[in-house]
Amino acid sequence: MSDETNEQDLKRTALHAFHVAHGAKMVPFAGYDMPVQYPMGVMKEHLHCRASAGLFDVSHMGQAFLIAEDGTFETAAKFLETLVPADVQSLKPGRQRYSQFLNDEGGILDDLMISRLAMPGHTHWIYIVVNAGCKDADYAHIEKQLPEGITLRVPDGLSLVALQGPKAAEVMARYLPDAATMKFMSSVDTPIDMDGEELWCHISRSGYTGEDGYELSIKSDKIVAFCESLLKHDEVELIGLGARDSLRLEAGLCLYGHDIDTTTSPVEAGLTWSIQKNRRKTGGFPGADRIMRELDSKPKRRRVGIEPMGRAPAREGTVIQTNNDTKIGTITSGGYGPSVEGPIAMGYVDEHFSIPGTNVQLIVRGKEMPAKIVKLPFVPNNFYRG
Amino acid sequence: MSTAAKYTEDHEWIKVDGDTATVGISPYAAGQLGDVVYVELPEEGKELAKGDEACVVESVKAASEVYAPVSGTVTSGNEALEDAPETVNADASGEGWFFKMTVADASELDELMDEAAYKTYCDGLE
Repeated sequence: MSDETNEQDLKRTALHAFHVAHGAKMVPFAGYDMPVQYPMGVMKEHLHCRASAGLFDVSHMGQAFLIAEDGTFETAAKFLETLVPADVQSLKPGRQRYSQFLNDEGGILDDLMISRLAMPGHTHWIYIVVNAGCKDADYAHIEKQLPEGITLRVPDGLSLVALQGPKAAEVMARYLPDAATMKFMSSVDTPIDMDGEELWCHISRSGYTGEDGYELSIKSDKIVAFCESLLKHDEVELIGLGARDSLRLEAGLCLYGHDIDTTTSPVEAGLTWSIQKNRRKTGGFPGADRIMRELDSKPKRRRVGIEPMGRAPAREGTVIQTNNDTKIGTITSGGYGPSVEGPIAMGYVDEHFSIPGTNVQLIVRGKEMPAKIVKLPFVPNNFYRG
Repeated sequence: MSTAAKYTEDHEWIKVDGDTATVGISPYAAGQLGDVVYVELPEEGKELAKGDEACVVESVKAASEVYAPVSGTVTSGNEALEDAPETVNADASGEGWFFKMTVADASELDELMDEAAYKTYCDGLE
């Protein structure tokens, strides 16, 4: 536990008392007192999410809207495109894209989800979800560049939960039959039937586990009732930050501040897929020079999957070497994959060592440990594409 | 016949049986760590001063050090943990022991907590 953070200074989500009541072990995370695990434990929570449905409180994350006063989507989208390399303008109502805020050197300030609302009268609204640890800096970054005529709205009293896993669709359909056929990376604003009560939600079919599932933005005064309702379904168990981390690592997904930061570019990070073709040609986003250069030739290093050969996990910061003791990179996330049933890691290595199958050495507690560069993800994605 | 377990503030236990002692971590510590996925055992013959890092236990979340409760020499490690690290969670006080060692100075045992004192100590951490 960090000594720097005084417990009294920690913020709480609207579900804090709910977590404690469900036996959570609370830890400081990004300025919040958050559940790292429930009585089930990290391993079982992880496996439960992969087999059934897991409920996560992600209300610490930042939720905000960009709204142009001229009532057009284009105005807000064009502005956002000056900060991120994604094609925002081509987003249709009810669709979302993953992207990154970039600095002038093409380094990643934060990664985020960008959605265009589908609700009639609001299809010009852009909804973004950013990381908890970066949200204040993100909002300041946006405000600094924000032109006249566009507003950044950061609403109070909004919670965010994720329901993830192969049974998530079956469970959500009991609240909203149409939820089952929503496509991956789509969203809708709609009332749902919470045990006879009408509850308004922003629902997107997305997540951070590699599994099918949803993220639901709901008013904080209703969130406890909604989570209590979800837990009545036998398929659903609460999942803490511990399993959230092992799930996303197996799914090959980046954790900001670890696998991506201000020094890594989206190309190095293997996130080129999130830069749509027209933007790769025309640029017009921060750090476009570096990113277009890296796309043209090659980046110096790449994010890769790493599979240690033994049973010992290799943690963040572990040095990666060639078989003749030359340092070629560093592990940025590493641990144990409960579904893989073995140690797994991600990290950056020099470009010529990034080919899957390359044998490397990891230096764990001063000892060399054989490992192999592997393709990400470690477990196949299980998204619903209709 | 081994003596009753003594405990350190770092949550190791030690039970002395004649010339050798068995060392493990307490059920409280195992619970705090969560699911154990790997144990790096000390090598036979490793000399340890009281408080030295003896081995490493890794849970899904993180790696933690296990310290020598007293000074002595490692005589063996619990090789069963290599294939079944989850034994640490299932039976921390018994089958989930980590290593055996000689006791160089029996008076060091007197500085450790007995069961009742350790329980009070853990209650104070909650």
